[in-house]
Amino acid sequence: MNFSADISLALPEVILAISALTLLVFGAFAPRQTNALMVASMAALAAAGYAAAVGPMGRGFAGGMIADNASAFAQVAIYAASALAIPLGMKWFERRDVRNFEFPILILLAALGMGMMVSAGDLISLYMGVELQSLALYVLAAMHRDNAKASEAGLKYFVLGALSSGLLLYGASLIYGFAGSTKFVDIAAAVHGAANTGVIFGLVFLICGLAFKVSAAPFHMWTPDVYEGAPTPVVAFFAAAPKLAAMVLFARVLTEGFGDVIWQWRQILVCISLFSIAVGAFGGLAQQNLKRLWAYSSIANVGYAVLGLASGTAEGVQAMLVFMVLYMVDVTGFFACLTALSRDGKPMETVADMAGLFKTRPAIALAMTAFSLSALGLPPFSGFWAKFYVFKAAIAVSDPVIQGAAIAGLVGSVVAAFYYLRLIKVMWFDNAEGGTDPIPGEARAIAIGAALFSFPVVLAALVYIDPLAKAAALALGQ
Amino acid sequence: MTGILSLITYSPLIGVAAILLLRSFAKSEDARTVETAKWIALVTTLATLALSSLLVAQFDPANAGFQFMEDYPWFAGLHYRMGVDGISVLFVLLTAFLMPFCIVASWKSIETRVLEYLIAFLVLETLVIGVFCALDLALFYGFFEFGLVPMFLIIGIWGGKNRVYAAYKFFLYTLLGSVLMLAAILAMIGIAGTSSIPELMTYKFDPALQTWLWLAFFASFAVKMPMWPVHTWLPDAHVEAPTAGSVILAGILLKMGGYGFLRFSLPMFPQASDYFTPLVFAMSVIAVVYTSLVAFRQTDIKKLIAYSSVAHMGFVTMGIFAGNAAGVQGAIFQMLSHGVISGALFLCVGVVYDRMHTREIAFYGGLVNRMPWYAATFLLFTMGNVGLPGTSGFVGEILTMTGVYQVSTWTAVVAATGVIFSAVYALSLYRRVVFGELTNPKLAEISDLDWREVAIFVPLILATIFLGIYPAAIFDLTQASVDNLVATYQAAIGG
Repeated sequence: MNFSADISLALPEVILAISALTLLVFGAFAPRQTNALMVASMAALAAAGYAAAVGPMGRGFAGGMIADNASAFAQVAIYAASALAIPLGMKWFERRDVRNFEFPILILLAALGMGMMVSAGDLISLYMGVELQSLALYVLAAMHRDNAKASEAGLKYFVLGALSSGLLLYGASLIYGFAGSTKFVDIAAAVHGAANTGVIFGLVFLICGLAFKVSAAPFHMWTPDVYEGAPTPVVAFFAAAPKLAAMVLFARVLTEGFGDVIWQWRQILVCISLFSIAVGAFGGLAQQNLKRLWAYSSIANVGYAVLGLASGTAEGVQAMLVFMVLYMVDVTGFFACLTALSRDGKPMETVADMAGLFKTRPAIALAMTAFSLSALGLPPFSGFWAKFYVFKAAIAVSDPVIQGAAIAGLVGSVVAAFYYLRLIKVMWFDNAEGGTDPIPGEARAIAIGAALFSFPVVLAALVYIDPLAKAAALALGQ
Repeated sequence: MTGILSLITYSPLIGVAAILLLRSFAKSEDARTVETAKWIALVTTLATLALSSLLVAQFDPANAGFQFMEDYPWFAGLHYRMGVDGISVLFVLLTAFLMPFCIVASWKSIETRVLEYLIAFLVLETLVIGVFCALDLALFYGFFEFGLVPMFLIIGIWGGKNRVYAAYKFFLYTLLGSVLMLAAILAMIGIAGTSSIPELMTYKFDPALQTWLWLAFFASFAVKMPMWPVHTWLPDAHVEAPTAGSVILAGILLKMGGYGFLRFSLPMFPQASDYFTPLVFAMSVIAVVYTSLVAFRQTDIKKLIAYSSVAHMGFVTMGIFAGNAAGVQGAIFQMLSHGVISGALFLCVGVVYDRMHTREIAFYGGLVNRMPWYAATFLLFTMGNVGLPGTSGFVGEILTMTGVYQVSTWTAVVAATGVIFSAVYALSLYRRVVFGELTNPKLAEISDLDWREVAIFVPLILATIFLGIYPAAIFDLTQASVDNLVATYQAAIGG
């Protein structure tokens, strides 16, 4: 492999890095040109997504970077979600007179980090990607500087995130120490058959670190607080794409580096999954704040995704990928609804605020109903198909533990149905307490677009997503 | 005729689109817009009924297999498959038949958010017809499960005082049953490698596995049916639902449970069905006797009829699991007949409820003095509910009991007492509401049926009597499919 071939593999990341730095310089001189920044950063993401979709495949940088169907699949989804977050956030900040030209640049940097995560081939690039992504997200969470809650959220996120990075790094160093290499393929060769305790020890730390990033229980404590405090459009961003990136990374490490010792990590993942589903279902019951509610919902949903991964089969990984992509659309759409809603200048964030929303804002209420039903897992919404894939893969594994976990997960979704139904009940059955401020165009467009994707577009889209996810899953298993 | 099933299934959505268009053009919901929307909904449901009648007319009764098949590959190995056989085709007709009554019955009684109400009903019609036509597991589950949402909204928005509780209870009860069925569906797809219902009907699952799959499906259908002891959501839902909601609930939604037993439990898991037959019989006779007694003690007319529905569904489950031609034919007939009669009974309750806004039995009495036509109509349907020979209620009960008698004498004997109990509660309800002196002064001005109500009841009366006198109209259509089902079932259990 020569250098130019390596660079051509990393073209999406290169595009993002150069655009981010260029726009940073541009922004420093012309911070008022927000529209130009917005368009340019979205164009950069589109170009990166295109490059990822059509670019060459292979391994580069001495195996540190992998461009395959999996990374292409994940990158396109991640860049698309990031591109949506840019107008959503910039307009939101503008309405609050917070003119931070850094917002799109930070999104670009986070997207770059995520791009690296999904194409990481060794522990170093894994860590680099995770950190680049995380640092950008910490800043984004605290971006609303004058808001004490947002600052608190950012700080909390940072401190706990740093802790998890420490766990991740410690695990990585143990694996490196015992396996003798940082590359996943070499680790796989080293742990072939029977892994020694040191490597497994390191793996457990690595799993903990990654579980933190995807906010799986018992590493979920930061999620409700950060979701509640951080600016809503930022939540719309980091509830979606980073989770997909972390899950793909998760899948790559486990199947490529530790595929032979699946019996070692499967039990951990099953525990994480069930615990997440339970925490998400029961924790959400008492929540009044919708952002917290959706934080618990996201914990439960990550539990389902982890269950797909725990199956360990190509089918399971495919299920996880489909799940995350469909979930991303739902969660982006839901938070777009929340960014859109305010009453007398104050954001509407509690369940009670939504009373009678169907009468005052039928389109947004319908969209939120669709997202709630989808998260509940009701057919024909996308959330049902997501769960359909995961449980189908889990039940197909001839291991009673996984099968039992799948049935427990299904029952967990009935518990969670309580709080989704409550939201629907409040929007449809109760009487309105007042009007809402005008709905901003970009949030409405994203919300309704996502709702239409959730149903009915998904029924056609899955015809295309299904084979792509399958190809991605097969690539990850290699 | 390929495509007619999809056309029937989605034709109510055309009405939904028309109503949405109307709304966006009209801007405000004035009386004229609402009136137009009602007509749109009525015409749509009548068109669906016409199409369904055409379907039944074109249906070949000699063919035991599925007809009017549609099959298009979808994603992940799933297919978009539709088709009907002799069992499901009549349920499509029943749904299409009852829907126009629901719209007409709501004409005056629903005053708030009428457009949404109509849309919910039309969407529900699509979903229910979809359930009976779907021949792919995922498609079936989609229609089956999403039907919860419009019904949840119908109960929760337009229901009575305690509507939110009833709506939640309805939703969560059914959802819990359904997710277990989903687990079984996923397992079946994984094991058999296909989601096609016709193929799965011939697939032989391992008997040990059948037990689990049967139980998972049973959880869902028993709640839907509903069977004792998971029937408690039904009285709540009925009492709180608006009249038309009750008609749909008793007339059609409950039948999805019985249809499920016929479509899945019996043909796909014959050994397990045979193994669990005593359990089903026990639950059925308890439902027949116990809920009849419970019905007798009710003070709310709707609740009484709701409990009587549970009792009548007991005959259905009993007949299905008798596993012979008489039992299964009787069960299907009983479901269709109950769909008409219970729907009509709820409409009868709706008539007095619209006038007096109470369903307390004690409030009424002596209605015959002011409402002779109403009294006659109510009497006919009460007799149908009791199972008087000459009405459709009789045929179903006698056939299911004949079928069960061949399998388990005691079950049939105990169930037969249920017929007496049903006469006890139904006649006592009738006596307390209709006969006697008109003592309550508030009833002094109550008026008899108006032309709209007459228009509702005449077809229902005709259907009840026609089916009671000439039940062969139904049996001719179901015969081939039922014989096929029973033959396969008996062969599988070695009977």
